[in-house]
Amino acid sequence: MNKENSFIVAIAVLAAMCAAFWLLLAAPALTGNEINMPVGVTPQSVTHYELHMIILWICVVIGILVFTAMFTSIILHRKSRGQEPATFSHSTKAEIAWTVIPVLILVAMAVPATKALVVMEDPSGADMTVKITGYQWKWKYEYIDEDIEFVSSLKAESNAARQLNSGIDPTSVDNYLLDVDKPLVLPVGKKVKFLITADDVLHAWWVPDFGWKRDAIPGYINESWTIIEQPGTYRGQCAELCGKDHGFMPVVVVALPEDEYRQWVSEQRGEAIVAAAASEREWTLPELMEKGEQVYASQCATCHQADGQGLPPAFPALAGSAIATGSLKEHLEVVLKGREGTAMQAFEDTLTPSDIAAAVTYTRNAFGNETGDLVQPATIADATKG
Amino acid sequence: MSSIAGNPDTHSHDHHDHGHAPTGLARWLFTTNHKDIGTLYLIFSLIMFFIGGAMAMVIRAELFMPGLQLVEPDFFNQMTTMHALIMVFGAVMPAWVGFANWMIPMMVGAPDMALPRMNNWSFWILPFAFTMLLSTLFMDSGGPAAGWTLYPPLSLQTGDSFAFVVFAVHMMGISSIMGSINIIATIMNMRAPDMTLMRMPLFVWTWLITAYLLIAVMPVLAGAVTMLLTDHFFATSFFNAAGGGDPVMFQHIFWFFGHPEVYIMILPAFGVVSQIIPTFSRKPLFGYNAMVYATASIAFLSFIVWAHHMFTVGMPLQGELFFMYATMLIAVPTGVKVFNWVSTMWKGAMTFETPMLFAIGFVVLFTIGGLSGLMLAIAAADLQYHDTYFVVAHFHYVLVPGAVFALMAGAYYWLPKWTGNMYSEKWGKIHFWLSTIFVNVLFFPQHYLGLAGMPRRIPDYSPQFADFNMWSSIGGFAFGVTQLIFVGVIIHCVRGSKAKATDQVWEGARGLEWTVPSPAPHHTFDTPPVLDHATWEHGNRESH
Repeated sequence: MNKENSFIVAIAVLAAMCAAFWLLLAAPALTGNEINMPVGVTPQSVTHYELHMIILWICVVIGILVFTAMFTSIILHRKSRGQEPATFSHSTKAEIAWTVIPVLILVAMAVPATKALVVMEDPSGADMTVKITGYQWKWKYEYIDEDIEFVSSLKAESNAARQLNSGIDPTSVDNYLLDVDKPLVLPVGKKVKFLITADDVLHAWWVPDFGWKRDAIPGYINESWTIIEQPGTYRGQCAELCGKDHGFMPVVVVALPEDEYRQWVSEQRGEAIVAAAASEREWTLPELMEKGEQVYASQCATCHQADGQGLPPAFPALAGSAIATGSLKEHLEVVLKGREGTAMQAFEDTLTPSDIAAAVTYTRNAFGNETGDLVQPATIADATKG
Repeated sequence: MSSIAGNPDTHSHDHHDHGHAPTGLARWLFTTNHKDIGTLYLIFSLIMFFIGGAMAMVIRAELFMPGLQLVEPDFFNQMTTMHALIMVFGAVMPAWVGFANWMIPMMVGAPDMALPRMNNWSFWILPFAFTMLLSTLFMDSGGPAAGWTLYPPLSLQTGDSFAFVVFAVHMMGISSIMGSINIIATIMNMRAPDMTLMRMPLFVWTWLITAYLLIAVMPVLAGAVTMLLTDHFFATSFFNAAGGGDPVMFQHIFWFFGHPEVYIMILPAFGVVSQIIPTFSRKPLFGYNAMVYATASIAFLSFIVWAHHMFTVGMPLQGELFFMYATMLIAVPTGVKVFNWVSTMWKGAMTFETPMLFAIGFVVLFTIGGLSGLMLAIAAADLQYHDTYFVVAHFHYVLVPGAVFALMAGAYYWLPKWTGNMYSEKWGKIHFWLSTIFVNVLFFPQHYLGLAGMPRRIPDYSPQFADFNMWSSIGGFAFGVTQLIFVGVIIHCVRGSKAKATDQVWEGARGLEWTVPSPAPHHTFDTPPVLDHATWEHGNRESH
């Protein structure tokens, strides 16, 4: 085959490669799934999106060139076309070129990549700080300086639908698996520093629209930061395998304008006063049982199951168990301090005294555990203070 | 040529220790023959490939649509963990050791492996190790469910079955180390007189480097899992922050093993592809020396990039920058390899038998996996990619149409030499095309899922991810069924094929293994062959 025809083949292959790559890049849009890394709403997310697109295009161009050379050869240099094999086995010039050129491309790429990392790792000058603690399988948020803290876990509707063969269509649930009972609320336009840690196993806190994830590690406090530039609700998930309900601990952040955020903060303080009052008064058994059933469903049932039968041996049954029907002191010890090396956590860190009192009372009187014991929130409050 | 190969078949009959060779089961149990042991390794790894594959089918079935339909989340996690352990340690690694056993002695002109009794032992440990590992699935506390990386503290929540997992990993490590010692001893001491290091076939070179990597890192893994064992059962606190330990230290130790480990799975693949492409291009390998140096560079770099698996753990900026730059550098020697393969094809006279098809499939799809690896190296962007399906897509591209395709290519390439029969070219090609189509349907959509925000290792997902998960699952089932064709082709070739293979098998084949009869007799090269490099080698012609 003469040179001109070979050139035409090469051009045709190049065109085919470009079309193939275009198809791969556009496939999500063509099938109605607008899918790429989100541009997001923070300075980092925009930078990381841009880095992603630069390196993606570099890869696409390299891919097109390499595959064009390869498939041109596959079309032209085949025995069935009567091609005689060449005998060359090296070319110093070519080998130097394809070592040096990639190095230059990488150096060029390293410049913006380094800049982005330097910015990412500088949480200084923050306007406010939120401590995030990962638990199996929920997040605790503490607003340092504001005296606000609460736990955020999977919303009840999603939780019901995600049970094995629940019979509930996931598409009928709003924001299935990406909704929580109480979202993290942050102000727009402020530099927020996060202190990220975990209580039991590794977790990772991730909101794609913020542009990063960071591991939550027991014994470590990792720092990260964000400035949310647009009000809205942003959803993400735990990104580090943390046990059986790893897929069921979403992160939801609601970003509010400054004035609405201040209003939200004062509401939280009002709620804290109500909760404190609840811990001090005397509760009746029906009251505790009613609240206890709710707390049990949201906090305990994922392991110990709604019917108290558990998933032994990893997650023991509470129905008729030695702990739930035996000494109250031991029972409280386990619930308040947790069991090391298991998913049983120290609930004194995440639940209010009235929640714990209600849950303990409930488990001691439900599933046929008819101990008749009643635990007052004040007892719990005293135990946790001591 | 006849002086090289002679007719080793006749030699073996009067060979002093073979008049009373055991037959039946005892032959396989007590064998010290490198070809028998190679066969055992290959059959074992194929069985493991299907067991690990069955677990992948459970995973893809559960992920077929949103909601939980088939398995509890804890069992799902056991499946992802076991799938990885089985595929890495049970399928890919033993398969490469099987190739090494069969081919390295024949490629360097040695009569057998240097340490035949140890060879027997290093294989026979494996069935016990994997029986023990698989038995944990039937124990009360269930199998390991913390991912194949076994990160504490989660892995320490595993029940008593954890001890079995740790001991199984120890046994696999012992097997790998013994296999590696054997390979190094064979290559270093038993080459034909004229076969200098820089005349060795590329497959031998890549395995030599791989064997050093194995010896360097398997003890590191053994140390890491032993510390997990004592943390779990003997109240030490290596990785327990409350006791003064450090959960992040485990990750550093694990990936110091883990990153070289991924090259352990891919370097022999580079070697096989570097044998096959010259054969079917009828042209010497382009840049033989560069290929050897590139392999060595990749192996060296593999020791200094481990923390790119940990960009989100909160390393200091300086650490993140170092690991980002070192990781980006790997693209250079890897690029050299891809360019050299394409240059080998350039102006050759190619034919496209099944081994060549799988080798070309390897180059294209491994390159895609390599390019997504380059994207993952950009640390700031990795803060988005990390632990998503983008990573799952990346490492499956380098491992399935990467390492596994190279294994398929090698199997088709050498099957006629092993059995003396030609396999069915028609069914081999059907196997290739269906595998190639479905492996892409299976893994390409996972890139989109990851970018859109789907974390890995979750049993259920938000409905926005439904379409691509369904595609991926369909591709997965079809890819799994397609592999049954491979088994059919092998059985047909071993037992039923009427087409007999010639000694050289492939028109363009060069190398000592093609000088012996097909099937290769039980003993080859009782006397060292004389190397006629102009005839028998693919590369490095200029160094003679």
